[in-house]
Amino acid sequence: MEYILIIIGAVFVNNIVLAQFLGICPYMGVSSRVSTSIGMSGAVMFVMTLATIVTFLIYNYILVPFNITFLQTISYILVISSLVQMVEIILKKVSPALFQALGIFLPLITTNCAILGVTLLAVREDYGFSLMEGIVFAIANALGFALTIILFAGIREHLDLMDVPKGMRGAPAALVVAGILALAFMGFAGLV
Amino acid sequence: MSQWKNFSKGFIRENPVFILLLGLCPALGVTSSAVNGLGMGLATTFVLVMSNIVVSLIKDLIPAKVRIPSFIVVIASFVTIVHLVMEAYVPALFEALGLFIPLIVVNCLVMGRAEAFASKKDTGSAIIDGLGMGLGFALALTVLGGVREVLGSGSLFGFPFIEGDGMLVFVLAPGAFIAMGYLIPLNNMLKKKTE
Repeated sequence: MEYILIIIGAVFVNNIVLAQFLGICPYMGVSSRVSTSIGMSGAVMFVMTLATIVTFLIYNYILVPFNITFLQTISYILVISSLVQMVEIILKKVSPALFQALGIFLPLITTNCAILGVTLLAVREDYGFSLMEGIVFAIANALGFALTIILFAGIREHLDLMDVPKGMRGAPAALVVAGILALAFMGFAGLV
Repeated sequence: MSQWKNFSKGFIRENPVFILLLGLCPALGVTSSAVNGLGMGLATTFVLVMSNIVVSLIKDLIPAKVRIPSFIVVIASFVTIVHLVMEAYVPALFEALGLFIPLIVVNCLVMGRAEAFASKKDTGSAIIDGLGMGLGFALALTVLGGVREVLGSGSLFGFPFIEGDGMLVFVLAPGAFIAMGYLIPLNNMLKKKTE
Protein backbone atom coordinates (compact mmCIF):
# COMPACT_ATOMS: atom_id res chain seq x y z
CA MET A 1 0.00 0.00 0.00
CA GLU A 2 2.82 2.40 0.86
CA TYR A 3 4.45 1.73 -2.48
CA ILE A 4 1.22 2.56 -4.30
CA LEU A 5 0.99 5.84 -2.41
CA ILE A 6 4.58 6.70 -3.34
CA ILE A 7 3.90 5.90 -7.00
CA ILE A 8 0.68 7.91 -7.25
CA GLY A 9 2.26 10.77 -5.32
CA ALA A 10 5.33 10.94 -7.55
CA VAL A 11 3.62 10.37 -10.90
CA PHE A 12 0.54 12.55 -10.55
CA VAL A 13 0.45 14.75 -7.46
CA ASN A 14 4.04 15.95 -7.13
CA ASN A 15 4.94 15.42 -10.76
CA ILE A 16 8.67 15.92 -11.14
CA VAL A 17 8.43 18.22 -14.16
CA LEU A 18 5.14 20.05 -13.80
CA ALA A 19 5.04 20.51 -10.03
CA GLN A 20 8.69 20.35 -8.92
CA PHE A 21 10.34 21.94 -11.98
CA LEU A 22 13.10 19.35 -12.25
CA GLY A 23 14.39 18.26 -15.63
CA ILE A 24 12.95 21.19 -17.54
CA CYS A 25 15.95 21.31 -19.89
CA PRO A 26 15.38 17.87 -21.48
CA TYR A 27 11.64 18.51 -21.15
CA MET A 28 11.93 21.52 -23.46
CA GLY A 29 14.91 20.23 -25.43
CA VAL A 30 14.04 16.74 -26.64
CA SER A 31 10.26 16.90 -26.65
CA SER A 32 9.79 17.88 -30.28
CA ARG A 33 9.28 14.23 -31.37
CA VAL A 34 7.45 11.44 -29.54
CA SER A 35 10.13 8.89 -30.50
CA THR A 36 13.04 10.88 -29.05
CA SER A 37 11.13 11.63 -25.88
CA ILE A 38 10.49 7.89 -25.38
CA GLY A 39 14.24 7.27 -25.75
CA MET A 40 15.04 10.00 -23.27
CA SER A 41 12.51 8.66 -20.76
CA GLY A 42 14.07 5.20 -21.02
CA ALA A 43 17.55 6.56 -20.36
CA VAL A 44 16.28 8.66 -17.46
CA MET A 45 14.54 5.70 -15.85
CA PHE A 46 17.63 3.53 -16.17
CA VAL A 47 20.07 6.06 -14.72
CA MET A 48 17.70 7.44 -12.11
CA THR A 49 17.07 4.02 -10.58
CA LEU A 50 20.74 3.05 -10.57
CA ALA A 51 21.86 6.45 -9.25
CA THR A 52 19.31 6.33 -6.43
CA ILE A 53 20.49 2.89 -5.31
CA VAL A 54 24.17 3.88 -5.34
CA THR A 55 23.76 7.30 -3.73
CA PHE A 56 21.37 5.90 -1.12
CA LEU A 57 24.00 3.39 -0.05
CA ILE A 58 26.77 6.01 -0.10
CA TYR A 59 24.72 8.42 1.97
CA ASN A 60 23.66 5.94 4.63
CA TYR A 61 26.83 3.86 4.89
CA ILE A 62 29.61 6.38 4.18
CA LEU A 63 28.47 9.98 4.57
CA VAL A 64 26.33 9.59 7.69
CA PRO A 65 28.62 7.26 9.74
CA PHE A 66 31.67 9.46 9.09
CA ASN A 67 29.63 12.62 9.70
CA ILE A 68 30.57 14.20 6.37
CA THR A 69 27.11 14.89 4.97
CA PHE A 70 28.30 18.33 3.80
CA LEU A 71 30.06 16.46 0.99
CA GLN A 72 26.67 15.24 -0.27
CA THR A 73 26.49 17.51 -3.33
CA ILE A 74 30.05 16.85 -4.51
CA SER A 75 29.93 13.10 -3.98
CA TYR A 76 26.50 12.76 -5.61
CA ILE A 77 27.41 14.63 -8.76
CA LEU A 78 30.65 12.65 -9.10
CA VAL A 79 28.81 9.37 -8.60
CA ILE A 80 26.17 10.31 -11.15
CA SER A 81 28.62 11.45 -13.82
CA SER A 82 30.85 8.40 -13.43
CA LEU A 83 27.80 6.15 -13.32
CA VAL A 84 26.60 7.56 -16.62
CA GLN A 85 30.02 6.93 -18.17
CA MET A 86 30.06 3.39 -16.82
CA VAL A 87 26.54 2.63 -18.01
CA GLU A 88 27.53 3.90 -21.43
CA ILE A 89 30.58 1.61 -21.61
CA ILE A 90 28.74 -1.45 -20.27
CA LEU A 91 25.72 -0.96 -22.51
CA LYS A 92 27.98 -0.66 -25.55
CA LYS A 93 29.50 -4.06 -24.78
CA VAL A 94 26.50 -5.94 -23.41
CA SER A 95 23.55 -4.67 -25.38
CA PRO A 96 24.39 -2.75 -28.55
CA ALA A 97 20.69 -2.53 -29.42
CA LEU A 98 19.81 -0.77 -26.18
CA PHE A 99 22.89 1.42 -26.59
CA GLN A 100 21.66 2.41 -30.03
CA ALA A 101 18.34 3.44 -28.56
CA LEU A 102 19.60 5.28 -25.48
CA GLY A 103 23.14 6.19 -26.56
CA ILE A 104 22.80 9.81 -27.57
CA PHE A 105 20.71 10.63 -24.51
CA LEU A 106 23.13 9.25 -21.92
CA PRO A 107 25.71 12.08 -21.96
CA LEU A 108 22.89 14.62 -21.63
CA ILE A 109 21.74 12.97 -18.43
CA THR A 110 24.67 14.06 -16.25
CA THR A 111 23.38 17.62 -16.32
CA ASN A 112 19.74 16.59 -15.97
CA CYS A 113 18.76 18.07 -12.64
CA ALA A 114 15.94 15.52 -12.32
CA ILE A 115 18.51 12.81 -11.53
CA LEU A 116 20.40 14.78 -8.89
CA GLY A 117 17.11 16.14 -7.54
CA VAL A 118 15.54 12.71 -7.07
CA THR A 119 18.67 11.23 -5.48
CA LEU A 120 18.74 14.16 -3.04
CA LEU A 121 15.02 13.83 -2.31
CA ALA A 122 15.25 10.08 -1.73
CA VAL A 123 17.42 10.51 1.38
CA ARG A 124 15.46 13.38 2.91
CA GLU A 125 14.85 12.86 6.57
CA ASP A 126 11.19 13.85 6.52
CA TYR A 127 10.48 11.10 3.96
CA GLY A 128 12.51 8.49 5.86
CA PHE A 129 12.63 6.07 2.93
CA SER A 130 14.09 2.60 3.19
CA LEU A 131 16.21 1.43 0.27
CA MET A 132 13.25 -0.37 -1.34
CA GLU A 133 11.02 2.69 -0.97
CA GLY A 134 13.81 4.82 -2.43
CA ILE A 135 13.96 2.58 -5.50
CA VAL A 136 10.19 2.69 -5.93
CA PHE A 137 10.34 6.48 -5.51
CA ALA A 138 13.00 6.73 -8.25
CA ILE A 139 11.08 4.51 -10.67
CA ALA A 140 7.85 6.39 -9.99
CA ASN A 141 9.53 9.74 -10.63
CA ALA A 142 11.00 8.43 -13.87
CA LEU A 143 7.49 7.25 -14.85
CA GLY A 144 6.16 10.71 -14.06
CA PHE A 145 8.86 12.24 -16.21
CA ALA A 146 8.07 9.82 -19.04
CA LEU A 147 4.34 10.51 -18.82
CA THR A 148 4.70 14.29 -19.00
CA ILE A 149 7.40 14.41 -21.66
CA ILE A 150 5.58 11.97 -23.96
CA LEU A 151 2.26 13.79 -23.49
CA PHE A 152 4.02 17.08 -24.16
CA ALA A 153 5.80 15.76 -27.28
CA GLY A 154 2.47 14.58 -28.64
CA ILE A 155 1.01 18.05 -28.17
CA ARG A 156 4.07 19.75 -29.64
CA GLU A 157 3.91 17.68 -32.81
CA HIS A 158 0.45 19.14 -33.36
CA LEU A 159 1.52 22.60 -32.25
CA ASP A 160 3.97 22.75 -35.16
CA LEU A 161 1.06 22.65 -37.57
CA MET A 162 -0.85 25.44 -35.84
CA ASP A 163 -0.88 29.08 -36.88
CA VAL A 164 0.89 30.55 -33.85
CA PRO A 165 1.61 34.33 -33.76
CA LYS A 166 5.14 34.99 -34.98
CA GLY A 167 6.63 36.18 -31.69
CA MET A 168 5.24 33.19 -29.79
CA ARG A 169 6.53 30.47 -32.12
CA GLY A 170 8.81 27.81 -30.68
CA ALA A 171 9.75 27.95 -27.01
CA PRO A 172 7.20 30.57 -25.81
CA ALA A 173 4.20 28.69 -27.18
CA ALA A 174 5.61 25.43 -25.80
CA LEU A 175 5.98 27.02 -22.37
CA VAL A 176 2.39 28.25 -22.36
CA VAL A 177 1.24 24.76 -23.37
CA ALA A 178 3.34 23.32 -20.54
CA GLY A 179 1.60 25.77 -18.21
CA ILE A 180 -1.82 24.53 -19.29
CA LEU A 181 -0.62 20.95 -18.84
CA ALA A 182 0.54 21.87 -15.34
CA LEU A 183 -2.91 23.33 -14.67
CA ALA A 184 -4.43 20.00 -15.66
CA PHE A 185 -2.06 18.14 -13.35
CA MET A 186 -3.08 20.44 -10.49
CA GLY A 187 -6.37 18.59 -10.57
CA PHE A 188 -4.58 15.66 -8.94
CA ALA A 189 -3.63 17.77 -5.91
CA GLY A 190 -4.89 16.34 -2.65
CA LEU A 191 -5.19 12.84 -4.08
CA VAL A 192 -2.63 11.40 -1.68
CA MET B 1 35.01 42.63 -27.98
CA SER B 2 35.22 45.45 -25.45
CA GLN B 3 34.91 44.57 -21.79
CA TRP B 4 31.72 46.62 -21.45
CA LYS B 5 30.09 44.61 -24.23
CA ASN B 6 31.37 41.44 -22.60
CA PHE B 7 29.74 42.50 -19.34
CA SER B 8 26.44 43.79 -20.71
CA LYS B 9 25.67 40.95 -23.12
CA GLY B 10 24.04 38.90 -20.36
CA PHE B 11 21.29 41.41 -19.65
CA ILE B 12 19.23 41.48 -22.84
CA ARG B 13 21.19 40.46 -25.91
CA GLU B 14 22.30 37.05 -24.64
CA ASN B 15 20.15 36.79 -21.53
CA PRO B 16 20.81 33.29 -20.18
CA VAL B 17 17.17 32.61 -19.35
CA PHE B 18 15.12 34.45 -21.98
CA ILE B 19 17.39 34.01 -25.01
CA LEU B 20 19.63 31.02 -24.31
CA LEU B 21 17.00 29.09 -22.30
CA LEU B 22 19.64 27.92 -19.82
CA GLY B 23 18.93 27.21 -16.18
CA LEU B 24 15.20 26.96 -16.67
CA CYS B 25 14.69 24.66 -13.68
CA PRO B 26 15.66 27.20 -11.00
CA ALA B 27 14.21 30.03 -13.11
CA LEU B 28 10.77 28.41 -12.97
CA GLY B 29 11.11 26.61 -9.67
CA VAL B 30 12.03 29.34 -7.20
CA THR B 31 10.44 32.47 -8.66
CA SER B 32 7.20 32.51 -6.70
CA SER B 33 8.33 35.91 -5.38
CA ALA B 34 10.82 38.58 -6.47
CA VAL B 35 12.95 38.11 -3.34
CA ASN B 36 13.37 34.38 -3.95
CA GLY B 37 14.31 35.05 -7.58
CA LEU B 38 16.89 37.65 -6.55
CA GLY B 39 18.36 35.37 -3.87
CA MET B 40 18.70 32.47 -6.29
CA GLY B 41 20.16 34.78 -8.94
CA LEU B 42 22.81 36.15 -6.58
CA ALA B 43 23.73 32.68 -5.28
CA THR B 44 24.20 31.51 -8.87
CA THR B 45 26.21 34.65 -9.71
CA PHE B 46 28.61 33.90 -6.86
CA VAL B 47 29.12 30.31 -8.01
CA LEU B 48 29.47 31.42 -11.62
CA VAL B 49 32.11 34.10 -10.92
CA MET B 50 34.13 31.92 -8.55
CA SER B 51 34.09 28.88 -10.80
CA ASN B 52 34.98 31.04 -13.82
CA ILE B 53 38.00 32.41 -11.92
CA VAL B 54 39.23 28.99 -10.83
CA VAL B 55 38.59 27.36 -14.20
CA SER B 56 40.43 30.10 -16.08
CA LEU B 57 43.36 29.78 -13.65
CA ILE B 58 43.69 26.00 -13.88
CA LYS B 59 42.78 25.62 -17.55
CA ASP B 60 46.40 24.89 -18.55
CA LEU B 61 46.96 22.37 -15.77
CA ILE B 62 44.14 19.93 -16.51
CA PRO B 63 44.26 17.52 -19.45
CA ALA B 64 41.50 18.07 -21.99
CA LYS B 65 40.05 14.58 -21.43
CA VAL B 66 39.17 15.08 -17.79
CA ARG B 67 38.23 18.73 -17.98
CA ILE B 68 34.46 18.27 -17.61
CA PRO B 69 34.73 16.20 -14.38
CA SER B 70 37.28 18.68 -13.02
CA PHE B 71 34.96 21.60 -13.77
CA ILE B 72 32.14 19.76 -12.04
CA VAL B 73 34.25 19.32 -8.88
CA VAL B 74 35.20 23.02 -8.90
CA ILE B 75 31.57 24.07 -9.33
CA ALA B 76 30.33 21.60 -6.70
CA SER B 77 32.82 22.96 -4.15
CA PHE B 78 31.52 26.50 -4.54
CA VAL B 79 27.94 25.28 -4.45
CA THR B 80 28.69 23.57 -1.13
CA ILE B 81 30.12 26.85 0.19
CA VAL B 82 26.98 28.74 -0.86
CA HIS B 83 24.82 25.98 0.63
CA LEU B 84 26.50 26.15 4.05
CA VAL B 85 26.72 29.97 4.15
CA MET B 86 23.06 30.41 3.24
CA GLU B 87 21.96 27.75 5.72
CA ALA B 88 23.82 29.63 8.46
CA TYR B 89 22.98 33.28 7.69
CA VAL B 90 19.70 33.39 5.70
CA PRO B 91 17.79 30.29 6.87
CA ALA B 92 14.42 31.63 5.67
CA LEU B 93 15.62 32.13 2.11
CA PHE B 94 17.44 28.78 2.29
CA GLU B 95 14.17 27.07 3.22
CA ALA B 96 12.33 28.80 0.36
CA LEU B 97 14.92 27.85 -2.27
CA GLY B 98 15.24 24.34 -0.84
CA LEU B 99 16.42 21.70 -3.26
CA PHE B 100 17.46 24.25 -5.88
CA ILE B 101 20.58 25.33 -3.95
CA PRO B 102 22.44 22.01 -4.39
CA LEU B 103 21.01 21.86 -7.90
CA ILE B 104 23.09 24.91 -8.93
CA VAL B 105 25.71 22.24 -9.70
CA VAL B 106 23.72 21.00 -12.67
CA ASN B 107 22.67 24.45 -13.84
CA CYS B 108 23.71 24.33 -17.50
CA LEU B 109 24.55 28.04 -17.34
CA VAL B 110 27.44 27.56 -14.89
CA MET B 111 28.86 24.53 -16.71
CA GLY B 112 28.29 26.21 -20.08
CA ARG B 113 30.24 29.36 -19.19
CA ALA B 114 33.09 27.31 -17.70
CA GLU B 115 33.34 25.17 -20.82
CA ALA B 116 32.61 27.78 -23.49
CA PHE B 117 34.26 30.88 -22.03
CA ALA B 118 36.43 30.51 -18.92
CA SER B 119 38.43 27.55 -20.21
CA LYS B 120 39.56 29.62 -23.19
CA LYS B 121 39.99 33.19 -21.97
CA ASP B 122 42.13 35.04 -19.43
CA THR B 123 41.00 35.46 -15.82
CA GLY B 124 39.96 39.13 -16.17
CA SER B 125 37.52 38.49 -19.01
CA ALA B 126 36.28 35.35 -17.24
CA ILE B 127 35.38 37.37 -14.13
CA ILE B 128 33.55 40.00 -16.18
CA ASP B 129 31.76 37.32 -18.21
CA GLY B 130 30.70 35.50 -15.05
CA LEU B 131 29.52 38.71 -13.43
CA GLY B 132 27.57 39.83 -16.51
CA MET B 133 25.97 36.47 -17.16
CA GLY B 134 25.23 35.92 -13.47
CA LEU B 135 23.62 39.33 -13.03
CA GLY B 136 21.66 38.79 -16.25
CA PHE B 137 20.40 35.53 -14.76
CA ALA B 138 19.56 37.32 -11.49
CA LEU B 139 17.76 40.07 -13.41
CA ALA B 140 15.69 37.53 -15.36
CA LEU B 141 14.75 35.65 -12.18
CA THR B 142 13.85 38.86 -10.36
CA VAL B 143 11.66 40.06 -13.26
CA LEU B 144 9.96 36.67 -13.52
CA GLY B 145 9.53 36.52 -9.75
CA GLY B 146 8.25 40.10 -9.71
CA VAL B 147 5.66 39.46 -12.42
CA ARG B 148 4.44 36.32 -10.68
CA GLU B 149 4.34 38.04 -7.28
CA VAL B 150 2.43 41.09 -8.60
CA LEU B 151 -0.14 38.96 -10.44
CA GLY B 152 -0.31 36.17 -7.92
CA SER B 153 -0.27 37.81 -4.52
CA GLY B 154 -0.60 41.54 -5.29
CA SER B 155 2.69 42.54 -3.73
CA LEU B 156 6.26 43.27 -4.84
CA PHE B 157 9.34 42.37 -2.77
CA GLY B 158 6.91 41.53 0.02
CA PHE B 159 5.16 44.95 0.05
CA PRO B 160 1.45 44.50 -0.68
CA PHE B 161 -0.26 47.12 -2.83
CA ILE B 162 -3.68 45.67 -3.57
CA GLU B 163 -6.36 44.52 -1.19
CA GLY B 164 -7.22 40.85 -1.05
CA ASP B 165 -5.67 37.99 -3.01
CA GLY B 166 -4.33 38.02 -6.53
CA MET B 167 -4.61 35.31 -9.12
CA LEU B 168 -3.28 32.44 -7.06
CA VAL B 169 -2.43 30.42 -10.16
CA PHE B 170 0.58 32.64 -10.87
CA VAL B 171 2.20 31.71 -7.57
CA LEU B 172 1.59 28.02 -8.27
CA ALA B 173 3.40 25.90 -10.84
CA PRO B 174 1.32 26.65 -14.01
CA GLY B 175 1.85 30.39 -13.60
CA ALA B 176 5.62 29.94 -13.85
CA PHE B 177 5.38 28.34 -17.29
CA ILE B 178 2.81 30.81 -18.58
CA ALA B 179 4.59 33.95 -17.28
CA MET B 180 7.85 32.66 -18.72
CA GLY B 181 6.17 31.98 -22.06
CA TYR B 182 5.06 35.60 -22.34
CA LEU B 183 8.31 37.14 -21.06
CA ILE B 184 10.43 35.53 -23.79
CA PRO B 185 8.76 37.40 -26.70
CA LEU B 186 8.87 40.58 -24.60
CA ASN B 187 12.62 40.22 -24.18
CA ASN B 188 12.97 39.51 -27.91
CA MET B 189 11.17 42.78 -28.60
CA LEU B 190 13.56 44.65 -26.28
CA LYS B 191 16.48 42.94 -27.98
CA LYS B 192 15.30 44.16 -31.39
CA LYS B 193 14.91 47.71 -30.05
CA THR B 194 18.45 47.82 -28.68
CA GLU B 195 20.03 46.58 -31.89
